[in-house]
Amino acid sequence: MAQMMLREAIVQTLHEEMARDENVVVLGEDVVGGMGTPGGPEAIGGIWSTSTGLWGKFGDRVIDTPISESAIVGAAAGLALSGKRPVAEIMFADFIGVCLDQIWNQLAKFRYMFGGKTVCPAVIRMAYGAGLNAGPQHSQSAYSLLTAIPGIKVVMPTTPADAKGLLTSAIRGDDPVIFMEHKALYGVRGEVPEGDHLLPFGHARLVRAGEHATIVTCGFMVSFCEQAADMLAQEGIACDVIDLRTTSPIDEEAILDSVEATGRLVVVDESPPRCSLAADVAAMVCNKAFASLKAPPELVTPPHSPVPFARELERAYLPQPSVIADAVRKTLAYR
Amino acid sequence: MQHSREALLHAYRQMKVIREFEDRLHSEIQTGEIAGFTHLYAGQEAVAVGICDHLDDNDKIISTHRGHGHCLAKGVDVKGMMKEIYGKADGTCQGKGGSMHIADIDKGMLGANGIVGAGAPIAVGAAIACKLDGKGGVSIAFSGDGACNQGTTFEAMNLAAVVKAPAIFVFENNHYSEHTGPSYATATATDIAGRAEGFGIKAWRADGIDFFSVYDTMREVLDYVRAGNGPAAVEFDTERFYGHFEGDPQRYRGPGELDRIREERDAIKTFRERVTGASLLDAADLDAIDAEVATLIDESVDEARAAAPPDPADVIKNVYVTY
Ligand SMILES: Cc1ncc(C[n+]2csc(CCOP(=O)(O)OP(=O)(O)O)c2C)c(N)n1
Repeated sequence: MAQMMLREAIVQTLHEEMARDENVVVLGEDVVGGMGTPGGPEAIGGIWSTSTGLWGKFGDRVIDTPISESAIVGAAAGLALSGKRPVAEIMFADFIGVCLDQIWNQLAKFRYMFGGKTVCPAVIRMAYGAGLNAGPQHSQSAYSLLTAIPGIKVVMPTTPADAKGLLTSAIRGDDPVIFMEHKALYGVRGEVPEGDHLLPFGHARLVRAGEHATIVTCGFMVSFCEQAADMLAQEGIACDVIDLRTTSPIDEEAILDSVEATGRLVVVDESPPRCSLAADVAAMVCNKAFASLKAPPELVTPPHSPVPFARELERAYLPQPSVIADAVRKTLAYR
Repeated sequence: MQHSREALLHAYRQMKVIREFEDRLHSEIQTGEIAGFTHLYAGQEAVAVGICDHLDDNDKIISTHRGHGHCLAKGVDVKGMMKEIYGKADGTCQGKGGSMHIADIDKGMLGANGIVGAGAPIAVGAAIACKLDGKGGVSIAFSGDGACNQGTTFEAMNLAAVVKAPAIFVFENNHYSEHTGPSYATATATDIAGRAEGFGIKAWRADGIDFFSVYDTMREVLDYVRAGNGPAAVEFDTERFYGHFEGDPQRYRGPGELDRIREERDAIKTFRERVTGASLLDAADLDAIDAEVATLIDESVDEARAAAPPDPADVIKNVYVTY
């Protein structure tokens, strides 16, 4: 196994999948980088360096696009309906507002509304999340919004190995997939299996095991939950930390099994609180494992506000590890 | 077009404020005190100033992710902007927006914008408001050469033409959208303004480096729009002196390109040469402005550094208005 950063795991996967299947097509703004400039193609390899070297190797199957998100997602939909396997990049998740119709009414609905007579194997990659002081229009965690749409799968890797396993499954699968990469995770390092590595969707990862409380989370918040679990471990409190990996489909079994054992649930979610993933998980647990609960579920989320710019404000916005630890203590103190 | 001595001094000062503001940010960013993404406008000063010199607070503009120059030209407070970029509590937007989202509605500055192409439709709305108010105001949407490829821009131009709104679509062609050139990404690369003509909108094209060419072109455009002829479009050929964002290694540039544009296509230099060559102003007049502006920018940085950060409790302030 090789050590690499999450962004490198993505580049490697794209290289391997494009080599394996000539129907895989990559498109997006600046994915080649440098087209039409004196520096020329591949002056940069995508703004997140997640498409480095693809154009040089695969030529016309790597399409640098104008700034036109509706055209990018719409074209991905058309490619997918025509037998290709497009992997489109929408730089920042915030920009889905521009192309939401193509995601929501087109990609997500084709298979269903055409009576199951077609598949739509498109992957839409995008970077999400707060933490870089990028301000209200470049920091949002759009995954709750997207998880609410039937017909698309929503995938959020947190380790380089998961990035490879989940992206490979996304590309080879026949469903439209929203593949969300947290900006603060691109530089995270880890072991990545060589060759074919596929992870099924709807199977959570048990990040650590403990009998006192269950922490359910996804994406960037996994690392904050691990920090919280470390703090709690020093007090003798042991937590299950569950990384959902995919929010649609969601691994209900892993959540319910854990809560049935611990009796306490804390859901940690970086997206805004209303109609959120946190609310969804808590409702599911209350509905299906009410008798096991020894305390009301705690929902740890940002406040119901846009993501602010200033460092002090963004820090106050993101659920910090100490707040997560407090939520766990609260479930344990409940009588 | 004849300019009074005061008008020339004012135009120079405005351009100089933008240049100095941006040059200073470029160096201050190295200190690590400024968070987030910063896109500098230096190089494009003549466009913002040559346009905004014609406007008053009743006229609206809507800007882009590269918004500092438009804000400053429209009269937004220099120190308030600097504090905002430093993320301070009494910045223009109380530290909530930062560089990419500076606005000052009282000045008719309806916001810089982080979403490429989002400005044009908003400008049309503001133009319709100007028309309904009947006070002769116009609304200007600034867009880059990259932004002209968004559907929103096309929809905005069509709507403006249909309702004959006093909207002006300004395309600042600096030859790059991030790291891609218009010759690749824009089907009508050599003529962006020509797209507006497809919507029946009258279009102008001019050099965006020479203040006088921008100013004179805008006089014609504004006369046309203020006379009630409906929308207009104008494309300015310009240059950006820094990377797409601060920290961009600019590997897409040609060898010597930055030196060349700074040598041959510098709006401030061009202005100085024009006005001193024609004996309209003395170099000493301009030097005095340089010194005054340098002091202003020094102060703005010092004050921004010293200013109080926002109170974390204010993270939820201003989500809704409560009555
Ligand atoms: C909807 C949307 N898509 C993509 C981006 C990322 N982005 C920010 S600026 C930019 C390039 C804009 O180019 P142009 O319009 O030419 O303006 P310039 O940067 O040259 O001023 C891109 C692609 C964005 N902010 N919003």
